[in-house]
Amino acid sequence: MTDNTRKAARPAIPAAPAGPERAAPAPRRIRLSRGLTPWLFLVAPLALLLTFTYAPIANMAAYSFTDWDGVSPELNWTGTGNYTELLTRSELFEVFFVSGYYLAASAVQIVLALYFATALSFDVRFRNFFKGVLFFPYLINGVAIGFVFLYFFQDGGTLDSVLGLLGIRTDHAWLGTPFSANTSLAGVSVWRYLGLNFVLFLGAIQSVPGELYEAAEIDGASRWHQFRHIIVPGIRPVLSLSVILSVSGSLSVFEIPYIMTGGATGTETFVIQTVKLAFQFNKTGLASAAAVVLLLIVLAVTWVQRRIVPDEKVDLV
Amino acid sequence: MTRGTVARTLMYLSLILATLVVLLPLAVVLLTSLKSPKEMANGSGALALPDDPLNLDNYVTAFRDGQMLSAFGNTAVILVVAVGGTILIGSMTAYAIDRFHFRFRKLVVALFLLAALVPGVTTQVATFQIVNSFGMFDSLWAPIALYMGTDIVSIYIFLQFIRSIPVSLDEAARLDGAGAFTVYRKVIFPLLKPAIATVVIVKGINVYNDFYIPFLYMPSEDLGVISTSLFRFKGPFGAHWETISAGAVLVILPTLLVFLFLQRFIYNGFMRGATK
Repeated sequence: MTDNTRKAARPAIPAAPAGPERAAPAPRRIRLSRGLTPWLFLVAPLALLLTFTYAPIANMAAYSFTDWDGVSPELNWTGTGNYTELLTRSELFEVFFVSGYYLAASAVQIVLALYFATALSFDVRFRNFFKGVLFFPYLINGVAIGFVFLYFFQDGGTLDSVLGLLGIRTDHAWLGTPFSANTSLAGVSVWRYLGLNFVLFLGAIQSVPGELYEAAEIDGASRWHQFRHIIVPGIRPVLSLSVILSVSGSLSVFEIPYIMTGGATGTETFVIQTVKLAFQFNKTGLASAAAVVLLLIVLAVTWVQRRIVPDEKVDLV
Repeated sequence: MTRGTVARTLMYLSLILATLVVLLPLAVVLLTSLKSPKEMANGSGALALPDDPLNLDNYVTAFRDGQMLSAFGNTAVILVVAVGGTILIGSMTAYAIDRFHFRFRKLVVALFLLAALVPGVTTQVATFQIVNSFGMFDSLWAPIALYMGTDIVSIYIFLQFIRSIPVSLDEAARLDGAGAFTVYRKVIFPLLKPAIATVVIVKGINVYNDFYIPFLYMPSEDLGVISTSLFRFKGPFGAHWETISAGAVLVILPTLLVFLFLQRFIYNGFMRGATK
């Protein structure tokens, strides 16, 4: 069809200009405008990209070597002072241990998501209902989730009442000690994000052709064998994506602990600390150094993951 | 046979348990939102049913004193402008990258690719200074610009989709005398509808739920969006869990309705958005 239109249109072009002298510059003009057109489309997107992603990174790297407070016109070059402060003042670095709770939680989360995705990939009654219920928390506003669970863990709140029904009386302050508070908050994070992993896994499992399962069943493969040899290889790309998302997610936790505890009782995360340094204590220089460290760690983790599991999906260029 | 039955029963039990774990905290908050302050005080427990299941007093309080109405208004403005802008920017970028061969094309693609790896939370320290220098701090423009300017996922979604549109359609239109812009507007853009629907859903839910950016950039009370207005309930309503619960339910309800009506699109949208 394309060829037809081309042939039909071509004879029309030489008919319009008067002679070969005028036809010569035309292709050149077309090529010129073609060279410019993509940039007309890219001007706005690139301007936004450079202004709000790359300029901040460059500025941040520059601030991190100064003692700037974010407001005053003067700032002093301090070399690597901020970085040494970060590494030597242990309380500034301790916040990384809090990420450990979330890292452990995301391992639990991935295993649970994998289990539920496998379970619901088989023929199950009320499948859509269960799928919807498991996914819905992911869509809920983070502040609302924070309040729902503040009430959940409150003294005499949801959790205590449910435990009371089961005959367990406790006056344990769930958010009272660092260990208990961080475990509880990490639990909330599993509640919130499980749905996304679950739906991604389920989608990947369902994209495995059904004949594979049928063939396996005829060969007498058990459910475990089907899981081990059909499902796991089928979802490997999504699995590795989930792992990388949880690692960088665990390092940059902010919303849940900030909304629920404000970072009290040892629940302060790296991002909460950075936000406090920058916007409450006006230590823009130190906060920038902290942000640079976090950025480098996240990029390193991504790079390692890309090396281990070459991503067949990145075919943009 | 019996082993299979036991396994099936256990699986259903696990699903029912998961359903309880997800729904119970939400259900209790719904119950609490219908209780009067007096009921809350007499200590009948979190699981007790409200005396009057149609008691909407707390919702009135949340709406009136919690400024939820202006919060929904601000969120709607940001949502419409930011999502509209994202669609334009994303589709234009994808069109330019996929349909043209130009110098530095690989560099441009690499810039967008690399930006997707930078988590937004890490750079806010410096982004703040830039937003501030444009005079956008404490105005609706700050979140709008940031949502529009830092969304790489939508570009991926558009790029993926634009590739599936045959180039012969562009060529046919060009031979009819259409310029690059007309091709984009009349041929490509209308065919992008499914991708636009995906971006509207994914981006819309993200903007509706975002807390970090409005919290950092719009401290004024009258610029509250639903996240920040709800967050401010913590102060004045401190111990009034019935009002806080009503606020939380008000925020969750629109999400639930959208989810119930657009389920299919939502699953597909998030799957495409995350695996790009």
